[in-house]
Amino acid sequence: MSEAPAKLVGIVLVSHSAAVAESVADLARGLTGGGTTAPVAPAGGTADGGLGTSAELVSAAAAAVDRGAGVAVLMDLGSAVLTVKALLAEGDELPENTRLIDAPFVEGAVAAVVTASAGADLAAVEAAATEAYTYRKE
Amino acid sequence: MLDADFFRRWMTAAAASVDREAERLTALDSPIGDADHGSNLQRGFRVVAATLEKESPDTPGEILQLAGRQLISTVGGASGPLYGTLLRRTGKTLGDAAEVSREQLAQALRAGVEALMALGGAAPGDKTMVDTLVPAVEALGTSFEAARAAAEEGAVATTPLQARKGRASYLGERSIGHQDPGATSSALLIAALVEAAGE
Repeated sequence: MSEAPAKLVGIVLVSHSAAVAESVADLARGLTGGGTTAPVAPAGGTADGGLGTSAELVSAAAAAVDRGAGVAVLMDLGSAVLTVKALLAEGDELPENTRLIDAPFVEGAVAAVVTASAGADLAAVEAAATEAYTYRKE
Repeated sequence: MLDADFFRRWMTAAAASVDREAERLTALDSPIGDADHGSNLQRGFRVVAATLEKESPDTPGEILQLAGRQLISTVGGASGPLYGTLLRRTGKTLGDAAEVSREQLAQALRAGVEALMALGGAAPGDKTMVDTLVPAVEALGTSFEAARAAAEEGAVATTPLQARKGRASYLGERSIGHQDPGATSSALLIAALVEAAGE
């Protein structure tokens, strides 16, 4: 990330739980510090408020954070991952240049939002989020 | 030959069957899953049936693609993208033919099952819907009735297996002794297909 692009990468956080998605979004924004924060949208739970994944919430979140610099989507597990993959395979359900990011959900979200807020491009955001896998706690 | 009416009958029969069996599917999903398989599929297939009625697509391929898209959007669990991908890929493979033969359907379903396996990462023996669908689609090359029998056998044969995919895999050996809910709902879909064929 040499030259900061004018447009920021958007981040979508998909969890089985609306509360988890929202909290992780808050956490990542909070750890970003001052200045500009990249657009972040949670897409948690089903449309009726239950646990699960809503393709519609994911599509809406991706549209909401798309500034033309690409959208990074992080997921927790199971149906969240499968739904995003199926939407990407669909072709027209998500903004152009939307990428599934293979990263741990909480750590990856923090890395992605911090990096995106610094003006990094989508590849750099993805690299930072994915790198979170290598951080050992013991 | 199998025309658009056949495929509509298949989806309607699947919706009715999932409605009837929703409680059993959810009960199977309670010991080894998160007890939502029946209600999730019920919601999805109700939308499929309603959408097909409203939009009346007129080729086999369009019907399956529309049904698949609805399942991806509305189910809310992993079975949505999995069955949705199965139907969409099968529909895409059928192209815009007005009628297809049983052999062509078997061929297209094979592509659909491959897409489902690529998405979920499951192989035969992992205690998933794949254990029903792979033998059923293979047998469909012979006859509808053979497909139903193979599906039923495949579903029952998941009972002694240890789950290697999905939430049930966290249970390790404790997943042994339960018939897999996904394999069971897959057998319902195949039975609905055979019902649509009037056999």
